[in-house]
Amino acid sequence: METLQKIVVPILAVLLFLWAWEALVWVNDWPNYKMASPSDLPPAFWKFRWLFLEMGWQTLWRTVVGLGLAVLFGTLVGMIMGFSRIARDGLYPLLVGFNAIPKATLVPVISLIFIGQHDFNTVLMAFLISFFPIAVSVGIGLSTLEPEYRDILRSLGASRLTIFRKIALPKTLPEFFGALKVSVTLAFIGTNLVEIVAPHGRGLGALFKSGETNGDYPLMFAVLIALAALGILLYYAVLVLERIFAGWAERPQS
Amino acid sequence: MANLIEIKGVTHAYRTKSGPLPVLDNLNIAVPEGEFAAVVGPSGCGKSTLTRLVAGLMKPDQGEVWLHGERVTSPRKTVGMAFQNPVLLEWRTILENVILPLEIVAPRMPQAEREARALHLLEMVGLKGFDSKRPSELSGGMRQRASLCRAIVHKPDVLIMDEPFGALDNFTREDLWQTMRDLRAAEPFTCVLITHDLRESVFLGDQVFVLSGRPARTQMVLNVDLPADRTLDILYQPKAQDMLHTLRDQIRIAQGRDGEMH
Ligand SMILES: Nc1ncnc2c1ncn2[C@@H]1O[C@H](COP(=O)(O)OP(=O)(O)OP(=O)(O)O)[C@@H](O)[C@H]1O
Ligand SMILES: [Mg+2]
Repeated sequence: METLQKIVVPILAVLLFLWAWEALVWVNDWPNYKMASPSDLPPAFWKFRWLFLEMGWQTLWRTVVGLGLAVLFGTLVGMIMGFSRIARDGLYPLLVGFNAIPKATLVPVISLIFIGQHDFNTVLMAFLISFFPIAVSVGIGLSTLEPEYRDILRSLGASRLTIFRKIALPKTLPEFFGALKVSVTLAFIGTNLVEIVAPHGRGLGALFKSGETNGDYPLMFAVLIALAALGILLYYAVLVLERIFAGWAERPQS
Repeated sequence: MANLIEIKGVTHAYRTKSGPLPVLDNLNIAVPEGEFAAVVGPSGCGKSTLTRLVAGLMKPDQGEVWLHGERVTSPRKTVGMAFQNPVLLEWRTILENVILPLEIVAPRMPQAEREARALHLLEMVGLKGFDSKRPSELSGGMRQRASLCRAIVHKPDVLIMDEPFGALDNFTREDLWQTMRDLRAAEPFTCVLITHDLRESVFLGDQVFVLSGRPARTQMVLNVDLPADRTLDILYQPKAQDMLHTLRDQIRIAQGRDGEMH
């Protein structure tokens, strides 16, 4: 019963939303260039199905690679900040300052520095925009580790690395995944930003732009839907990883 | 019998923003092998600091800590620790939690042997059948029992406990006193127990060290000459009552020396 409800209710909600959208366009008699209706989308998808697959793949791999780099780099920076007070005091203002820069302004800067390196630029942006939450969460998680947790192993003469591996790392996993959920969305935004803004781009963002240039409005809306689907896919992939690696942090429901 | 733990003239001060804070002042404590030393003293007098020094987690400014005839300058593998907070790792089962010290101290020990040892201890403290549960599924008293198992799983020769039963209700606490007594009978270890419960110190201790207020020194040592197989009833007998009175008075004196009155 409960699982049925979990599946049926969301599907009904989506159908209701599509119906309302269709009705809105139909009642107002809006032309396609104002707003495409859901019934225009399947033909658009079908017409460009190979492009969608190819561009979707481009967007997906760049986001995932960018996010992967963000995880590596963010964890490293977080570790440094978590273990050394001096590093924390020194790095924190830099990180906050960097994070405060609206990333859209970086697109032209990056494209100028690395002209023509479209793949590289996109991955770089996905990385730049998404490492901050990871670095901060890992740093805070490590620096707020109760000393007693450390002491259980330290009193046995365990090395710092062992303490990190056996205690600090697993203990920060819930915070890490909390940050990763934010980061995956950010990385996705970063990828699309470059794909849309950069000339001669590839990926779903570029497909969106070509729809715009050619006045193919159903295509533009179809891309939006595809982006939403891809975003959901990425988000749920993180949720699944969280279940696997930090499932213990979920309190048993009372 | 030789003294297994020897604290000789230990003086220590924490460096704080408002200058040095003297915590221990020429402290002397000696615990013979296999004996149980209970340490009581006013809140904030430096008892936890003492445990950290004995465990080798910190070095004293002055004085020496000796374990087993060796000067302690860094952590040793033959020490077990338990705190007021059971600090079990939530991502491990109870069994995996108990095994943890063996992973550090005896990396080459076969897993089956580790598990057998841990299961044996869990059974002794009354946690049989809970080995595959998560810490969050256990009550506070049960978690503390698991924490005790973890503290002694690697057969340490010194067990250091910092108010391990402090957060438990009275009945659970008394249960755990008896568990401690039985554990000691089954596998002897030398123990330093920090506590603020005088009855606990008399029930479990062979000696009770009363520390003065901060900076702490050894104000008094009480020999608890009660039989090893004590029962809770013994606490209500005149001999124990006398000791409790003495300790109570000593604590009052200790508190008087310090600003922190309770
Ligand atoms: N790392 C530290 N840095 C500075 N001061 C500290 C530090 N740890 C403890 N202190 C101070 O040293 C004094 C003794 O602390 P300690 O924890 O050893 O007392 P305690 O006897 O265990 O107290 P309680 O009975 O409340 O547990 C306290 O006044 C405390 O504020
Ligand atoms: Mg303390």
